[in-house]
Amino acid sequence: MTASMRLAAATFALAAGLGLAAAQARPLKITLPPETAAFKPGPNREVVMNNCTACHSSDYVQTQPRGPKFGKDFWTAEVNKMVKVYGAPIEDADIPKIVEYLTQTYSTASQ
Amino acid sequence: MLDRRRLLAGTTATVATLGAGSVLGSISAFAKTAKTVTLPFGNGERPMAQYPQKRPLILQTTRPPQLETPFSVYNEGVITPNDAFFVRYHLADIPLDIDPAKFTIEVKGKVDKPLKLSMADLRKMPAREIVAVTQCSGNSRGFFDPRVAGGQSGNGAMGNARWKGVPLKAVLEKAGVQAGAKQVVFGGLDGPVSDKTPDFAKALDLDHARDGEVMLAYSMNGEDLPMLNGFPVRLVVPGYFGTYWVKHLNEIAVIDHVYDNFWMKTAYRIPDNDCHCVEPGTAPKATIPINRFTVRSFITNVTDGAKVKAGKTHLKGIAFDGGKGIKEVAVSADGGKSWQPATLGKNLGNYSFREWHATVRLPAGAHELRVRATSNDGKTQPMQASWNPAGYMRNVVETVRVTAA
Repeated sequence: MTASMRLAAATFALAAGLGLAAAQARPLKITLPPETAAFKPGPNREVVMNNCTACHSSDYVQTQPRGPKFGKDFWTAEVNKMVKVYGAPIEDADIPKIVEYLTQTYSTASQ
Repeated sequence: MLDRRRLLAGTTATVATLGAGSVLGSISAFAKTAKTVTLPFGNGERPMAQYPQKRPLILQTTRPPQLETPFSVYNEGVITPNDAFFVRYHLADIPLDIDPAKFTIEVKGKVDKPLKLSMADLRKMPAREIVAVTQCSGNSRGFFDPRVAGGQSGNGAMGNARWKGVPLKAVLEKAGVQAGAKQVVFGGLDGPVSDKTPDFAKALDLDHARDGEVMLAYSMNGEDLPMLNGFPVRLVVPGYFGTYWVKHLNEIAVIDHVYDNFWMKTAYRIPDNDCHCVEPGTAPKATIPINRFTVRSFITNVTDGAKVKAGKTHLKGIAFDGGKGIKEVAVSADGGKSWQPATLGKNLGNYSFREWHATVRLPAGAHELRVRATSNDGKTQPMQASWNPAGYMRNVVETVRVTAA
């Protein structure tokens, strides 16, 4: 089935439940698409996987600006923000490893 | 603070009893489409992805999901269809399974009579409709120069819908606001993965909360809200940035002080000056919570880099502001040296997108088309983009470069 056919089928399944639910909004359940975004290979990638992916997908990193101003200082500030502001339970010893990975993997325009 | 899991546990039980697919509609998700788009700034390539109840949208981030409306949608009409409406969550524990029959909105705090309103209770109250834009504070952040961290949106983190629901004022009157109340705090079902992460909640001043326009909306363009836009009910705060439009609204607390959680006190702050801007790269001396939209306008029928026929060219687009309404729209075909008035389309209210039309004469060659709106209080758009560290509130006069031949 194509995506649009499946959508039509799902919509029909939903509409079929309508009669039972009267004028009220009916129960709604959705399933999100599988997460395909992935952290690129790089040094300490496993540390990043262990510390970052519980709360967000890798595209939060992938989509950030690139270039000379988005090197080590930028990524240090971002990792510290995750720890101090959002309460990410990252061990102190892991912070430089994560910064190293991000700086080497997601800082230059060609990456 | 917010009791999502208990509600979801209840919902799951319903599924088990009735069997999925009988009463409970289940909408599956589809993988990313093969297509990608490139937003016109550095590192702007994004996949297109189709999410439940949505057409393919620009996938900014997967978890928590942020989906951007492709800009061509704004040329289809001034109302943004539900399936094209942008999606933005802050925290990854989002509700995916809700039975509105079990959903309640708790009204508590400095009130005479704490309430637990069901959706049925809400639907029995007098309803009103309003057409209003919601726009992400960071809409267009990807165009900031110098660039700043955060969600790197193009111009598609905005949408205009006809909302139907109950004025918050009526709900507060039912509960009876006590003397000394200062603000009203709003929480929804979406929450953080870690209990160390500040839960998402926003506050409005009491007078604003009971202005009769702020509403609890259960209908969007004549249908239930899509799950990802806040089903079954969200706060609508006309003229205010989307951060206040709390989705899956299940908690309203009246308080006697100024709310100072992370999302009010630290995040979503703008420089406390007229332009809400600072010199690029510098920090503001004082900040205030982000609030009303500034005035914006866009050309929607001609895209940057387009080739058009020399001679008369019809331009069409949208304009909006934070609630005064659009007084006039002007277009320029020479990069802003000279301007001509556009004709305004149907007025759907001061909080709506306002369509406009104009015809410009383009001799053969390259041209910079610009559009500038002025609101009824005389505010207009700057020719040079202003800057602030969080990348909020972009409203520069937009430019579309075309070649006529």
